[in-house]
Amino acid sequence: MTEAMLDMELEQEEDTQKDKYLIFALGKEYYGIEIQRVTEIIGVQPITEVPELPEYIKGIINLRGKIIPVMDVRIRFKKPFKEYNDRTCVIIIDLEEISIGLIVDGVAEVAIIPETEIVSPPEMDQNSNRFIKGIGKISTEVKLILDCYQLLNETENEKLNSIDNGRESI
Amino acid sequence: MTNIEWEPLLEMFIFETTQMLEQLEQNILKGEEAKIFDASDINEIFRIMHTIKSSAAMMQCLPISKVAHSVEDLFSCLREDKPQNIEYSILTDLILDVLDFMKAGIEKVSARVELNDDPTRLIQKINDRLYAIKNENGDGNKEFILCNNYRATIFFEDDCGMEHLRAFTLVHNLKEHTESMDEIIPSNLDEDKSQEIIKQEGLKIRFRSLKTNEQMHEILSNNPFIRDLLFEQILEEQETLNTAKGESYQSKEGGAEEENTNKTVHQNLISVNVTKLDMLMDIVGELVISEAMVLQNPDLTGLKIDNFQKSSIQLQKITNELRDIVMSIRMLPLSTTFRKMQRLVRDMSKKLDKEVRLITSGEETEVDKNIIENISDPLMHLVRNSLDHGIESSEEREATNKPKIGTISLEAKHVGSDVLIIIKDDGGGLDKKKILAKAKANGLLHKAENEMSDKEIYNLIFLPGFSTKESVTEFSGRGVGMDVVMRSIGNIGGTVSVDSKEGAGSTITMKIPLTLAIIDGMIIQVGKGWYTLPITAIRESFRPNEHDIIKDSENHEMIIVRGQCYPIIRLHELYKIHTKITDFKNGILVMVEQGEKSICLFADALLGQQQVVVKSLPNYIRNVKKIVGVTGCTLLGDGNISLILDIGSLIDFRNINLIKNYKSNL
Repeated sequence: MTEAMLDMELEQEEDTQKDKYLIFALGKEYYGIEIQRVTEIIGVQPITEVPELPEYIKGIINLRGKIIPVMDVRIRFKKPFKEYNDRTCVIIIDLEEISIGLIVDGVAEVAIIPETEIVSPPEMDQNSNRFIKGIGKISTEVKLILDCYQLLNETENEKLNSIDNGRESI
Repeated sequence: MTNIEWEPLLEMFIFETTQMLEQLEQNILKGEEAKIFDASDINEIFRIMHTIKSSAAMMQCLPISKVAHSVEDLFSCLREDKPQNIEYSILTDLILDVLDFMKAGIEKVSARVELNDDPTRLIQKINDRLYAIKNENGDGNKEFILCNNYRATIFFEDDCGMEHLRAFTLVHNLKEHTESMDEIIPSNLDEDKSQEIIKQEGLKIRFRSLKTNEQMHEILSNNPFIRDLLFEQILEEQETLNTAKGESYQSKEGGAEEENTNKTVHQNLISVNVTKLDMLMDIVGELVISEAMVLQNPDLTGLKIDNFQKSSIQLQKITNELRDIVMSIRMLPLSTTFRKMQRLVRDMSKKLDKEVRLITSGEETEVDKNIIENISDPLMHLVRNSLDHGIESSEEREATNKPKIGTISLEAKHVGSDVLIIIKDDGGGLDKKKILAKAKANGLLHKAENEMSDKEIYNLIFLPGFSTKESVTEFSGRGVGMDVVMRSIGNIGGTVSVDSKEGAGSTITMKIPLTLAIIDGMIIQVGKGWYTLPITAIRESFRPNEHDIIKDSENHEMIIVRGQCYPIIRLHELYKIHTKITDFKNGILVMVEQGEKSICLFADALLGQQQVVVKSLPNYIRNVKKIVGVTGCTLLGDGNISLILDIGSLIDFRNINLIKNYKSNL
């Protein structure tokens, strides 16, 4: 009985979050991220550097006692580094027990993009748009829908390389 | 009732039953050692089985309940009849089987899997044993022996009235459970005059029943309005009242009292969910941090606030005390873990047909709960190894003038902020040649054979893919060996080392930290970052004289301190941190040691000492890369994060680099 109610609540919640995307800016482009992944948005905090990590992982921050890694999405996308300012935001996302902060140029809005308005990205070569899982259209504007899972896990190749390097060094 | 409401009850049941089973196991093993169960052991076992029987029935774990029931019968027989010639080893085997069955059952329950084990065979075994014991000690007449003789005297409550009718109902009810009703005094319950007699002298009955003493007592006392119940079992030979026997169940009140004393002991302990403790720990950690935030608040600088200072000292005291208490709550003695080993040694030595004794000491040593959970498996593995590979067979032992019974000793003790667990056996010891040959065959040797010290050779066994025993047995030698031990101990920040004497046995030492949660740390600064070193690892810190520093041909820096030479690691170089302080005379050297090795770390400055709450690095970072020398991080008073350095891996790292350079120069 209670379970059924919980299910219903969850469904409702899912319904209200469905098709909603948090839109953020990165240079001239606008990206979207599924709203149910986002836990909160904060300003830039002092970041503690952690050595030996890939350049795009800026370090860790203290979010009310929770320690969360932060990733500079600009550098992740091989864009030039931009000095952080008042507009810079950290979007905290939760993905399968992993919390991570994404540093972006600024947050724009929450927009509804129905499934029918999202097309899959053109297939060029394998690497060019592995982080984009779709392109959403709102009237004339275009938002790139981020694949959070890829964003976090697409380190496999680099990781393997680093292990190989490690072996050589021993 | 829904599942949710059951949950707390079920958890309680699992917790209590597990505890009782553990206690039981200990009792049994103790009894086996002494080759006799004394009365208190039997009573204890009986009591535990009785409790398990009823609680399991309540939680609807019927197989467990049924088995407990038959064991209860068995022990009630032991308790009541005090049979003389019992085969204790058979009995203990049987009880241990029962324990395993129950443990498996409890595990299933805690995994929320349906409990469908079939207890019939086990119960059959128990009943067979019961018959056997009764037969051996009685006159061989099964039927007759099983029919117990009882006598009971019952007093009804003073003002219940109509005693004779109540007695009549009681006798009537009783008939369902008895084989024969031998004697009822007063005999004629229909007559009014018996009412007075019952009032004065009580209702006296004698009967035979297949039921056990315990069951009969229950049946009797379940009748309403009973004030006093004198109840005993009569053996054929001794028709007269046996006082010793009567004691335990003389009256209801007596029994209740016994129960009560047990209860008061239990009420001093409450079981708390570990997640709640973890939460408490976290909150206290937060408190410590925010306390520092308040007390070191930059707004306060330059103010003359004496009263504030006084109260803040008070606050500090309380938070420190609170933190210590919370830490101590999480500490558990190692005794449970050691007890498991007792059982393991017993079972294995029987199966392998080796006579082995396990001596434990220091089991009262307390360590953090997380650590206990993590060392149990490695410890078991090591003990198993000692038994299987270490201790020789009895014949071999006799041939080499060793005592026939092998000894494994398990010792735990505090050394500084670490706990040492030492496993020692007096077996054959490690075979250097075999180890070397094996290491060579598996390509694990990185050094010339003749350059290696004995200790280095022995420690080869911890490398992955190493197992010297040719034959794979049930217990060990599957090739996944010591490296697993090494890894799981390493995971909790500990180390393992081995030493051995050929022919005289080997010693394995596990060094594990006392707690994972809070350490005394020294905060150092390198560039813009703060790093924390565990205070216990620091030997000294000093500003070096330029002329004490020497460089080898590969530009490795070293320093001579009091005639000893120590390697230097520049942290800013290691971690590629940008800092202005690269000259030794501006920074500071911190000498740290781990095991027998020392190393000097070069940092910009010491910032001060602080107790820090250890937090692990976020999962994401751990998944991306294992960072050399960093075990975790901590929050400082000002909300900043500091990385905690691991001395052991820094030293290893330095050694690996040396080897690398050495090789590249060849």
